[in-house]
Amino acid sequence: MSETDTVAGRESARPATGGRTAEPAGPRRAGDRRPYWTARRRDQLTGYLFITPQLLGSAVFVILPLILVVWYSLHEWNVLAGTFDYVGAENYQALADDTNLPGVLKATGLFSIGLVIFNLALALLLAVLLNQRLRGSIVFRTLFFSPVVVSLVAWTIVWGFLLQDNGGINGLLDTIGVDGPNWLRGETTAMLSVIVVQVFKNVGLNMVLFLAALQGVPGELYEAAEVDGASRMRQFWRITVPLISPTILLTSIITVVGSLQVFAQIAVLTQGGPGTSTTVLVYYLYQQAFQFHHFGYGATLSIVLFAIVLALTVLQWQMRKRWVFHES
Amino acid sequence: MNRDISRRTKLVLYGVLMVLCIPFVFPTWWMVTSSLKPIADIFAFPPQLWPTDVQFDAYQRVFELQPFERQYFNSLYIALIVTVGTLAVSALSGYAFARIRFRGQNVLFLVVLAGLLIPSEVTIVPLFQMFFKLGLVDTHWPLILVPILGAPSVLATFIMRQFFISLPGELEEAARVDGLGRFATFWKIALPLSRPALGAVAIFTFLHSWNLYLEPIVFLSSPENFTLPQALTQFVDAYGGPMWNVQLAAASMTALPVLAVFVVAQKQFVEGLAHTGLKG
Repeated sequence: MSETDTVAGRESARPATGGRTAEPAGPRRAGDRRPYWTARRRDQLTGYLFITPQLLGSAVFVILPLILVVWYSLHEWNVLAGTFDYVGAENYQALADDTNLPGVLKATGLFSIGLVIFNLALALLLAVLLNQRLRGSIVFRTLFFSPVVVSLVAWTIVWGFLLQDNGGINGLLDTIGVDGPNWLRGETTAMLSVIVVQVFKNVGLNMVLFLAALQGVPGELYEAAEVDGASRMRQFWRITVPLISPTILLTSIITVVGSLQVFAQIAVLTQGGPGTSTTVLVYYLYQQAFQFHHFGYGATLSIVLFAIVLALTVLQWQMRKRWVFHES
Repeated sequence: MNRDISRRTKLVLYGVLMVLCIPFVFPTWWMVTSSLKPIADIFAFPPQLWPTDVQFDAYQRVFELQPFERQYFNSLYIALIVTVGTLAVSALSGYAFARIRFRGQNVLFLVVLAGLLIPSEVTIVPLFQMFFKLGLVDTHWPLILVPILGAPSVLATFIMRQFFISLPGELEEAARVDGLGRFATFWKIALPLSRPALGAVAIFTFLHSWNLYLEPIVFLSSPENFTLPQALTQFVDAYGGPMWNVQLAAASMTALPVLAVFVVAQKQFVEGLAHTGLKG
């Protein structure tokens, strides 16, 4: 942003809506009636034209499918027979009767909670470590961040390879005399594996956000705390955490919503198994709709997913008020 | 916490950082080295951290088993089109929402913003049915149109809008006094100034498209149309077991180019993404 600052950084107190103050007066004949296409109208038209692609896209690929998903949840579609039949609340009845659903929701919840805790804790730890005055911290930052750019399925495949019964992890454990479990086949270890693989893949993003936030904490606060004799731990909880709380909230929202969308890792590592222990909602939705061709039921599960995302977003927005520290 | 620390603390810090690095670096290392090993050495015990008998057979097999070069091209051209398309759509609408005043602006912005709330997984069933009816299943159209115009580009629009709002208005006003039209002002003044935001949007859009997995396996069925993530999981033997060295060779070829670009341009990468996060 330095470029912007030097070019136009002077006195920018004026609200950024722009345009209104400096409209070029169009060709206007004296005493004549005003032409229809005034600068103001032209400007409005440009505004509409600029947003047209995005607006059409949102209508066709976001709003319309969202309405259709409700409509489809009341129908059953058979691709092969070409039939599309109204079934009323049958899919919702199926939802209530689905013996897999409690397991699926449990797996979804466990995955999200485990992921958020591990991810935010590790991200914060790495950011605090990298924020010390150390040579070569850029190198470490690069290394921690690098899995973010490794393609997701490639990353997951390697971990699948490492986590096999006779894979690299157990090989390494064996050399120190530990007999490792078959990670991806045990109920607890499978869930743990999926979470760990996902955390190492993406924690770099949250780390970078935390690092940026930490660098915005004024050093004088720590100096003052030091004079008062506050320990490092106390400084961390009383100064650092409150000051970076907006970033903690932001990263937790991103991470929770992201955790609900996880799919490739499950599909590649565990296929939802063993049992339904790693069948998260999106994977179950995929299985029902696209493997078993229960499109109506898939649509119903989509609504469940949407309801959860909506509830969580509202909840987090509410939490903002009491949780986030405001400077002003 | 930028305070001076003692040498001993420094040594401890370096030690901790080095240990913490292992799970981030080792998988990629293991992927590349294992892809160079003959299949018998892949599960050797104790594990070989360095391949003793380097072979490139697996890399050759990748291209024999699947039209891998075609799949590579698919992923690359789709990601590039999606990136350019998203930049165009999000810069235009982000600019309009930030800088131009028109009636219904706030309501329309809320309509667009709704896309942020709706994960694309929620709409995958109706989208599949829409594209099925249009005869566009097993083509690349769903993978191009939906990301450019649908929910994924909403975040891009939001970032661009935030950026344009923070841009000081004087330059643009001067340009308009000089008689430049709205589009010329946008194109010649605002857009060049928004390079940091455009860069960040380009990076995350490219990565997002390059990593897409659910959408390709839902929409595509013939191997010559596959994208890379989908193709990677197809290297299995007659019994459905993965051919590990071939799979790892293909995975290496998918991961290493992006990783190389990242190492060269890591400053822009990291700071660009941090920037978007803070703006959001």
